[in-house]
Amino acid sequence: MNNPPPPRHNKPFDIELVNVTKRFGSFVANDKVSLKVPAGTFHALIGENGAGKSTLVKCIMGYHSAEEGDILVENRSVEITSPFHACQFGIGMVYQHFTLVPAMTVAENLLLSRPDMPAVINWKLELDRLRQFMKTAPFQIDLGLCASELAAGQKQKVEILKQLYLDSRFLILDEPTSVLTPVEADEVLGLVKEKVKAGDLSVLLITHKFREVFGFCDDVTVLRRGKMAGGGKVKDLSADALAAMMMGGQREAKVVAKTARQRGPAALELKNLCANKDSGVPAVDGVNLTVHEGEIVGIAGVSGNGQRELVEVIAGQRLATAGEIKVHDQAYGATRREAFEHKVFLLPEEPLRNGCVPQMSVGENIGFRSFDRPPLTRARILVNRSAIRCFARELITRFSVKTRSSETPIGDLSGGNVQRAVLARELGSGTAKVLVTANPCFGLDFAAVESIHSQITEARNRGVAVLLVSEDLDELLALADRLLVISHGQFVHETTPAQADIKAIGHHMAGH
Amino acid sequence: MSNSSIGWWGVVIGVLAGSVRGGTPFLLVSLGECLTEKSGKINLGLEGVLLMGAMSAYAVSYKTGSSLCGVAAAAGVGALLGMIHALMVSRPRVNDIAVGIAMLIFGSGLAFYLGKPYIEPSAPQLPGIPLGAWSSVAQIRAALSISPLFVFGVVVAFLMHWFFRSTRWGMHVRAVGDSPAAARAMGLSVGRTRFLAIVCGSALGGMGGAHLSLFYPGAWTERISSGQGLMAVALVIFARWNPVHCLWASLLFGGAQSIGPALQAVGISTGYYLWNASPYILTLLVMMATCSTKRTLVGAPGALGTSS
Repeated sequence: MNNPPPPRHNKPFDIELVNVTKRFGSFVANDKVSLKVPAGTFHALIGENGAGKSTLVKCIMGYHSAEEGDILVENRSVEITSPFHACQFGIGMVYQHFTLVPAMTVAENLLLSRPDMPAVINWKLELDRLRQFMKTAPFQIDLGLCASELAAGQKQKVEILKQLYLDSRFLILDEPTSVLTPVEADEVLGLVKEKVKAGDLSVLLITHKFREVFGFCDDVTVLRRGKMAGGGKVKDLSADALAAMMMGGQREAKVVAKTARQRGPAALELKNLCANKDSGVPAVDGVNLTVHEGEIVGIAGVSGNGQRELVEVIAGQRLATAGEIKVHDQAYGATRREAFEHKVFLLPEEPLRNGCVPQMSVGENIGFRSFDRPPLTRARILVNRSAIRCFARELITRFSVKTRSSETPIGDLSGGNVQRAVLARELGSGTAKVLVTANPCFGLDFAAVESIHSQITEARNRGVAVLLVSEDLDELLALADRLLVISHGQFVHETTPAQADIKAIGHHMAGH
Repeated sequence: MSNSSIGWWGVVIGVLAGSVRGGTPFLLVSLGECLTEKSGKINLGLEGVLLMGAMSAYAVSYKTGSSLCGVAAAAGVGALLGMIHALMVSRPRVNDIAVGIAMLIFGSGLAFYLGKPYIEPSAPQLPGIPLGAWSSVAQIRAALSISPLFVFGVVVAFLMHWFFRSTRWGMHVRAVGDSPAAARAMGLSVGRTRFLAIVCGSALGGMGGAHLSLFYPGAWTERISSGQGLMAVALVIFARWNPVHCLWASLLFGGAQSIGPALQAVGISTGYYLWNASPYILTLLVMMATCSTKRTLVGAPGALGTSS
């Protein structure tokens, strides 16, 4: 098909998908999906992990080309060949995986995204313009910061800023609020919604949160296993009806209730712990904390306040500049031997980056904790591959990791399934004594969230000491026994979920 | 002794002159490697490119009688070798280090084979820029006769620094080298960007070779490079992928290289070979002093040495 360069739209436009089918080999990711987003509306696309939502929008963005079906822009069939091409139409997307260049500053990343970036950049002029733009922006990020130094939440904000900066008229948001605090999420979506109301923007929002569907969206489309499972006007639908469409009538799992139990002895202690950011600036500033057996201690905070560095120190990914970590009253240096001895397990954020080797198979990744010990070794030095495979298959079934086989590279799995695989590795053996977890439910659908929350609660009921770092306040209030608020690398507030005052927590999170 | 007129100053002048003279090939090759690595690929074959550049510059200069044609030929041959490297590494699952080593051996072997007839004859040399014409002292005049390729390299170093920061293409190269996935999401062609970066980088490496055979030491022999192409690759790490730092590092290495000869010139030949090892010792010391377990290498392109 011959595509003349499309005229850039200054107004939102209708977008329609008609019977779009996308296959990967024999796997049908999207099966005759149709949906329409009229100009100036807020449309939600919901479905479980692996339901084909990301694949569908990637067809719109020109990442994949659909085998069958049409994409209509203003009732005209178009073939979008690349994300760049989509951008020329005024279609922009915020991806689930970040697309910032880590070594570049926020300003450079913003400028780089512009298709009409000048061949020679006048930085003084561009920085002035960017500052001007930031004045109208819903959230503030230091333009001079390197993208690699931003925490997940800040990166997500830059991704959204980027699309606003590009002046996109049709915006696809792939779970944009999964790393934002509820207040931040409302603020971001509220601002986007205002732009939609003003007739400046159409939005297709991929989400798992019903709250967002009911709070902000006009229409909704539900996908299940690649097929249309329903949809319609949001105001005509109930949450139960949506859940039924998503799950296909299955009963939803229940989160395991917390059993009342006596607080055990101290398991994990942090004493005056300090750590720096990559740039050498202090990130964790003298933190004291004790986690007892059988309790979940939650750490709340706006991303970028030292949570990431704190978890990295406990995980052994970063050296502490001062202070010490003790586990079961012994100094703990996060070596493999110590982690095994004290049964310290980790569920890190961005598990593909922090807890997996993407090119290695799901089975091998699941075997990382135990591949060098009997029964997975032969004669103590040789790895028994078939034993690892059996071991992994059992865990894959038990934790319902959706993968083609145990030999598939883990990098090919969807986000929720990577998280499940890591969870299987860390909690599958049932021997954990200390569990440190950071944003364990980043970008997962609610069935997966419930299953992970259940696993964490069950571990606590078994007497595991759990440190839960999260940017999702709802999650913390549901799971934690004690709640600490971190701001600028220090704990500034302590409460329990029963006595929690959301306003006070928000106040402390904001650093006042 | 004619040296007596300036005495120990001779050593200082010798080292300074050596840092410019001997640093030029380091400079051009490291700038070429810097550009290549910024795009996320490593080209270890630049040692081969350096030798091919030296040989072809000398041969063409001899045949045409124009040293400028020689430099152009060196750049062209460098670009051609770069093209082979770029085409090979653009294939999936091809390791750039392995290809680089193959190209290193291929380039040097080809240079020795084709260069045999040019070991004897003498070719027109590049004229020096006589910055020392004001002086009556021979050493100063000799020391301040600067290679035009050094001037070119200095200009390229600052230009490249500006290129990476303030031009669209430069930002594209950095994006491709740091996060190919993000670059693809922006609709950039990772393959084409890398191809061009490798070819241009390789052309710079070839010009480094032209300096060797047409200025200093100014003749074509098989031992002309003695691993300078490989050291220049290490130098890029030392310079933290910053073109301007490449300039200072090259001067430092060139200077270190000329301590031995400069001392010998004033009659001190004790430890001549030890002094000649000083660039290597220097590399080790600097690496030890600047490395840190707490920080990752600032400036290292994220995708460097990965198969993405």
